Amino acid sequence: MAEPQAGPPGTVTFTLDGRRVTGREGELVISAAERAGVYIPRFCYHPRLAPVGMCRMCLVEVVGPRGATLQPACIATVEEGGEIVTDSPKVKKAQDGILEFLLINHPLDCPVCDKGGECPLQDQTLAYGPGESRFVEEKRHFAKPIALSELVLLDRERCIQCGRCTRFAEEVAGEAQIDFAGRGERLEVAMFPTRPFTSYFSGNTVQICPVGALTATPYRFTARPWDLDQVESTCTTCAVGCRVAVQSSANRLTRLLGLDSEPVNHSWLCDKGRFAYEAVNGDEVRAGPAAADGRPVTLGSSHPRGAFAGEVIETASKVGRVTEPMVRAGDRHVRAGWSRALAEAARRLGEVRAAHGPEAIAVLGGGRLTNEGAYAWTKLAKAVLGTDSVDAQLGDGLPAELVLALPRATIDETCSAPVVVLIGGDVREELPVLFLRLRRAVLDGRTRIVEVSPRSTALTQYAAVSLRVRPGDVPAVARILAGQPGPLPSHPAGPACSPEQLAQARALVEAAGGEAGSSVVVAYGRSSLAEDPSFDAAAVSTLAVAWPGARFLPLLRRGNVHGALDMGMAPGILPGRTSLEGGRAWFVEHWGSVPRARGKAATEVLQSAAEGGPGSVRALVLVGCDPLQDFPDAALAARALAGAEVVVAVAGHPSPALDHADVVLPVAVAHERPGTTTNIEGRVTRLGQKLVPPGLAWPDWTIATALADELGYDLAIGSVTEIAEEIERVAPAYRGFSPGYLDQVSGHDGLVVPLGTADAPPVAPIDPMATPGIGQVEQQGAPPRAGLTETVERELLAALHPEPAGEGAPAPMRRPAVEPVALPPPDHYSLRLVSTRRLYDRSSAVVGSPSLEPLVPPARALANPSELARLGVQDGERVRVTSPRGQVVLEAGADAGVPKGVLVVEFNLAEPAGAPNAASALIDATVPVNDVRLETL
Amino acid sequence: MSYFNAAMAARARQLVSLYPKARSALVPLCHLAQEQDGWLRPEAMEEIAELVGVTPAEVRGTASFYDMLHTEPVGRYVVSICTNIACLLDGAAELLDHASERLGVPVGGTTADGVFTLEEAECLADCDHPPCVQVNHRFVRTTTADAFDRLIDELAAGGRTEEIPPHGTLVRIRRSGGLRVPPDEIARERAQRAQGDG
Ligand code: SF4
Ligand code: SF4
Ligand code: FES
Repeated sequence: MAEPQAGPPGTVTFTLDGRRVTGREGELVISAAERAGVYIPRFCYHPRLAPVGMCRMCLVEVVGPRGATLQPACIATVEEGGEIVTDSPKVKKAQDGILEFLLINHPLDCPVCDKGGECPLQDQTLAYGPGESRFVEEKRHFAKPIALSELVLLDRERCIQCGRCTRFAEEVAGEAQIDFAGRGERLEVAMFPTRPFTSYFSGNTVQICPVGALTATPYRFTARPWDLDQVESTCTTCAVGCRVAVQSSANRLTRLLGLDSEPVNHSWLCDKGRFAYEAVNGDEVRAGPAAADGRPVTLGSSHPRGAFAGEVIETASKVGRVTEPMVRAGDRHVRAGWSRALAEAARRLGEVRAAHGPEAIAVLGGGRLTNEGAYAWTKLAKAVLGTDSVDAQLGDGLPAELVLALPRATIDETCSAPVVVLIGGDVREELPVLFLRLRRAVLDGRTRIVEVSPRSTALTQYAAVSLRVRPGDVPAVARILAGQPGPLPSHPAGPACSPEQLAQARALVEAAGGEAGSSVVVAYGRSSLAEDPSFDAAAVSTLAVAWPGARFLPLLRRGNVHGALDMGMAPGILPGRTSLEGGRAWFVEHWGSVPRARGKAATEVLQSAAEGGPGSVRALVLVGCDPLQDFPDAALAARALAGAEVVVAVAGHPSPALDHADVVLPVAVAHERPGTTTNIEGRVTRLGQKLVPPGLAWPDWTIATALADELGYDLAIGSVTEIAEEIERVAPAYRGFSPGYLDQVSGHDGLVVPLGTADAPPVAPIDPMATPGIGQVEQQGAPPRAGLTETVERELLAALHPEPAGEGAPAPMRRPAVEPVALPPPDHYSLRLVSTRRLYDRSSAVVGSPSLEPLVPPARALANPSELARLGVQDGERVRVTSPRGQVVLEAGADAGVPKGVLVVEFNLAEPAGAPNAASALIDATVPVNDVRLETL
Repeated sequence: MSYFNAAMAARARQLVSLYPKARSALVPLCHLAQEQDGWLRPEAMEEIAELVGVTPAEVRGTASFYDMLHTEPVGRYVVSICTNIACLLDGAAELLDHASERLGVPVGGTTADGVFTLEEAECLADCDHPPCVQVNHRFVRTTTADAFDRLIDELAAGGRTEEIPPHGTLVRIRRSGGLRVPPDEIARERAQRAQGDG
């Protein structure tokens, strides 16, 4: 036989079951064969984990110099001229043997196993197994199930010892809290007795377990796969935008599974994103501010069900959700119905506008909306109400004008940039799956991280240099990184990071091209909620000026905050990353009118509403937000809500602010309405609708159009599609973008706007063995990727390079000059307050999810051990923390990752006595930094 | 607070310094911990994890793989009887039955007074003296039921402590001559080699 001819470089040609096929150099036989259409059964192999060859299910014949041998296809790589046989009697016998052995130790309790119907062991036994067992002895028995954590249960006798879960924990999450214990047939997955599997990513092990050994408490015994319905969507619990399959049964969400998206989440989800769907079902609120007395809650913290006697939502099916429009009658809310509630809202807002001008109205929130909802609300606020005081960020973000003007990096670009300068909080707490991506990038040697953060984080151990900063230090550190040596702000305890570290960081930047900076990505968020945002903003600005080639990845974490900003939900901007001034003419042409002048951001809005007086904000429209919980300064938020003449709340979940609302309008939340969302990198993806919204709740955009109607204006948008078309027409950054593209094969992982800035990467087909439960449900008739059309693919590629905008289109925004506010010098007696975020906080997504709510940690007062020693405070002792704003009693904690002179109180956690959010009781959002005193009781 | 007592802790650090990768010292450290308590207490595993830079779950995983490492409490004397082929042919099963009866515990059990644990073992590499018996990993060459009873009596009375120290002290871990190469010499050589590589 003549030698087969070699293929193009980087490929190898080999024989597969007698056919000549091409694979990539170094590719595993199992994946090369799969691409060539030959499926090799497997258990331990997972495309996102390093292969280990443990289960031997994938044995194939590899012809070598000594004849054909059985080798695992997940370890063997394809060789030029090689020969692989997957269907010989010998292979068949091996498969029979492996399956017979696996089933010896397997209970075959499929009828009571969650995996039944979507189980790789069932499926592959049927397809490749012997059909009969010779084992007649007694099988293994274990107590079942045992809890590995609050979220993950283990039925040991079902485990087939593939090691997917243990490898995930070690390799992907970097937290080997579970490992194999024992040996042989007694091998079991085990945690350490006193250390549960608390990883934020534990749910992924349930997702990839090829049998029913690992189950998640929220899903266990709730549904059968053949009863499930599903839709493809995007998680909007944070702004990473992980792709998900959302599954439901009988109009209740049952489960979220991660879709394998190459540019975003690599099939992983965090546990908050995975399990927070419980809050959408909203049928049980176990505790928290909304139900401190244990009674079910309908609305607002001080209005448990009984308080409404007769008047209220007895009919509501869901107690953890707002399901009916209500209006205030004296000190109570009464059920109103939509027409009355809308009329009331319009009347009250209209009165304020007539008496005090449009500037007296402010719209806060928007991070929970779809892009279409955000656009409709912006149009309502800016074109109809006429106010520019709109803010989707609640004092916890960065100036929108800066974020939108900076050249954006994608997640992929960030993970392959030689140097990433990371300014902000803890990525694992705020954008969990981005942490997984960055960690992997560092371990693979693709990138090096220079971390600038107020305390050590989960990424610190992976950073090439980790620089500690105190509140207000960031701009000075940024200048040094940018090659403009200067002193750090002085502090009695000395600088928080050493000159050597700074030099080392600077050297890394220089090695990566220095001022050209084209191989540097700056990932930036908010370092602390207890300092003025201008510090972080000024630092980022400095880097943008110094490194014209650098790209920027914003780490603002709120659900769809990037979509909301892109749609104009911030002061000084208009949809499509346009400034108010730059886009004035264009939007007047399209909308009829835009606000007269730049409005107020959230902090100024609340300050103005609190202070009152001429020209102040008098009406607050809360769109899916609660300043009492979300805004860093609780006292200011409370004064603002009390001071406002009119409060209209568009709410999906009950929360304390609703007590102040004059009108409450129930809104559909995630998974209850279709649309699109935009993530940190500017990637627009599909949001699928899986549920009918509860009660009378409406989609976000409908409320905006109905309210506009009441006010006598026609927003001229009648459907999500129409809004999307209008966005394409008028929002410059979305030019050429049509949601229709997202239904095409390569559009599934979304497209980065503006189009043309990033390619559409290949979209992975659903792999039923890697993530069981999506493919199988699809086979049963519920395709998550409904409407998938390959025919218009070419149109999509053309769309990636849209025609330039027509005459009169606004120019791209210019980066604003940002100066930090003046930093007051520290004194010897106070500590400077830092407030960072935790993944499980008292947000409505967590508090509304019975499985997650118990995981919210208590707030503590964390300081450097030497600082505690200096103050004579023991680790674990209860202390009083006092700021000019207020006082809280907390447990002190020693944390060597906190610099001297700093006190960390994490945001929106539970104070041990049950009072929420100690941090926001201390923070004054109107001062540059917050100094606090710490004393023993 | 440290689980290891001062002397053990010093020894533990020495062991860690012996290996290019700290985690290679995991098994030796488990033996060391057993010397202190007879078995691997959870605190011991947690401290070992910290010393070698892995998680406690991984220490447990590794330790539970090996029969000579105990993750459950054992008696002061662990009696192991081999039941592999050579010993089996020469009465190992009978001796094991006898031992179980004499000690009043099933195989794998520990006597109520916490003195003896009885184990069935795989080949102990003393096949020319079957059935092979070890106490705390020391060969005792006790091949008959009578000799076994005498051994138990002696041990119960506190005898033979010189020859059979409590718990599983392993020669490799506690070499009388200390480390063969002083740690600073190892460090020096390593540094040299690292330089050579660079
Ligand atoms: S629990 Fe599941 S994923 Fe883990 S080893 Fe067992 S079968 Fe594999
Ligand atoms: S990282 Fe964010 S987007 Fe991804 S699953 Fe978690 S919450 Fe959802
Ligand atoms: S050995 Fe290849 S899939 Fe398990």
